[in-house]
Amino acid sequence: MNDRQRWRVVIWFLVAFAALLLSMFAAISFGAKELTLQSVWTAIFQYDKDDTAHQIVQVYRLPRVLGAVLTGMAFAAAGALMQGVTRNPMADTGILGINAGSAFAVALSFALLPHLTYGQLMLLSFLGAALSTAAIVLLGKATRGGMGSLKLTIAGAVISSILHALSTGIAIYFELSQDLAFWYAGGVAGVRWEHLKWLAPIVFIGIAWAIGMGRSITSMSLGSVTAASLGVRVGRTRLLGMAAAVVLAGSSVAVAGAISFVGLVVPHIARRLIGVDYRLSIPFSALLGAILLVWADFASRMVNPPREFAIGGMVAMVGVPFFLYLARKERREL
Amino acid sequence: MESLEKSRARRAVAASLCLLLAAVGVVVFALNTGSIRLSPLNVLSTLLGNGTEEQELILFEYRLPRIIITALAGIGLGVAGAVLQGVSRNSLADPGILGLNAGAAFGLIVFVSFFRSMEGPTALLIPMFTFAGGVLTAIFIFLLSYDRNRGISPIRLILVGIAIEAGIGAVTLFLSLRLDEDIYSFASRWLAGSVWGREWIHVGSLFPWIALLAPFIYSQSKKLDVFALGDELAAGIGSRVTRNRIVLLASAVALSCASVAMAGGIGFIGLVAPHIARRLAGPQHRYFLPIAGIVGLLVLVTADTIGRSVFQPVAIPAGVVVALVGGPYFLYLLFKIKF
Repeated sequence: MNDRQRWRVVIWFLVAFAALLLSMFAAISFGAKELTLQSVWTAIFQYDKDDTAHQIVQVYRLPRVLGAVLTGMAFAAAGALMQGVTRNPMADTGILGINAGSAFAVALSFALLPHLTYGQLMLLSFLGAALSTAAIVLLGKATRGGMGSLKLTIAGAVISSILHALSTGIAIYFELSQDLAFWYAGGVAGVRWEHLKWLAPIVFIGIAWAIGMGRSITSMSLGSVTAASLGVRVGRTRLLGMAAAVVLAGSSVAVAGAISFVGLVVPHIARRLIGVDYRLSIPFSALLGAILLVWADFASRMVNPPREFAIGGMVAMVGVPFFLYLARKERREL
Repeated sequence: MESLEKSRARRAVAASLCLLLAAVGVVVFALNTGSIRLSPLNVLSTLLGNGTEEQELILFEYRLPRIIITALAGIGLGVAGAVLQGVSRNSLADPGILGLNAGAAFGLIVFVSFFRSMEGPTALLIPMFTFAGGVLTAIFIFLLSYDRNRGISPIRLILVGIAIEAGIGAVTLFLSLRLDEDIYSFASRWLAGSVWGREWIHVGSLFPWIALLAPFIYSQSKKLDVFALGDELAAGIGSRVTRNRIVLLASAVALSCASVAMAGGIGFIGLVAPHIARRLAGPQHRYFLPIAGIVGLLVLVTADTIGRSVFQPVAIPAGVVVALVGGPYFLYLLFKIKF
């Protein structure tokens, strides 16, 4: 990497970080009750619990926006990991059915074990994500001659729709539809501080873990033979990479529901802006993912107040055209 | 040759008869089940006009319209799936997976925003709106998956369909949320595939589409067979490939969109029914098309009945039940078939 490229990366990181801070402030200030930037500032740094404006910020808006930031980071980093280790440009934890697996586990535990603590819920959510990942990997292995990335994507989408049907059934049977339906489509409206206490450390550890694997993943994007000759233990890297993606996606789904397409769109943009080195593109994806979800959440509560639109739908309206574009591009490469 | 043809025909007729019997059985069973049970004898006597007032009310006002809608929609989806698979030479094609259902839902929401009600005589217009939505989606999918040099690759068609389904589904929910809260929850239930048509007017609005289009498609069986040869060979033996394809595709879209208009966004039936039918009756459309229709009816009525009865007092949407069976079958096909 020469000097110019290095500067480019530094500048992009600074720009993204500034954009994220600005978006967060905007999202905290605007809403059913508009607040001045100054009162937002004092609410965060000089909290006065008798001031209603301060209460709105501290109790509702701040956790909500931080929830969007953390889940956006997690989904985007998980998508980047999956794209790297599977070498599938259309990989995304939502499209591959990993999110649906963890949403199914959460739905099941809502129905059968309603008194779980948040940490236990997250553990089950990981388990669901891990099982559906295993299902995809095994299906891919079981196919003679391996499976093309397009076929794998379709298999993931169908697994996801089966799990979605199961979750819907459970939600209706246990009369949880009121609680689950909105949550299933995704949303950070219900995020509170006690959720963030669990989510934040897991997301940061997961991303650090992913960055640590960045060098091996970058070599793997050159092909597994090349990577092996560079000294990368391909099987181990793939397994650990998927495990990190499962942890990141699972914890976010437990908080914000199954949001697809973040992990698809963001890593592509990140790679285009700062290159293919995963040590850089994973953290950069995380920043961009956070920005995307903060805005998607902001839009979903602003389009038709006081009703809120599912954040997953908001992201899908951006993500689907992008997915179609990738599917077209992929044709030329096949 | 002669004898092969004859044995095929005999097999097809035998299979259809067995399936018809099964279908009658399932429909009678479906008429029995519900929060108030009616025994088969009661059903029969009520149908003949000898029932009590309460029995008549339950049967004619609640159960019969719903079951007729389910049965018609099953036939429509089964036949539409068979045509889609034949014309696109893609054994994974299905109105749900290709995103046509989402297009129909979009048409339905446009209808609701104009007329504000889904009952009364305007309900007769619903299938037209869903058809329009479906046709637009079909054109969209075609344009996005078409390649000038290679035509349409089966796997890409499915991929584009899945994406379009997600996208149009999101746009539909978005629009319905802007309309009002009830429509939003209706749209989300519709997308989960619950049979919502309950009134005779809904039967009346679906029936003509099935009654006209299913026989029409059956009359085109020979043309459908020709597609299996590939476009060049088909053109070589004098088939007007493009024209036939457009006509048949349009009627399949119409059939499936009219069906889901009344029955909700149900996927996988159009996938499963033709495969079962082909197993039973071989690849010739004039034998397996009717069987695909009957299998569709069987599957959907059974799914709806299971969803209604097993989990009482709540009702699980038929689309959920079908997806649990159809989804794994799709995966099985996906890995078995070579592309």
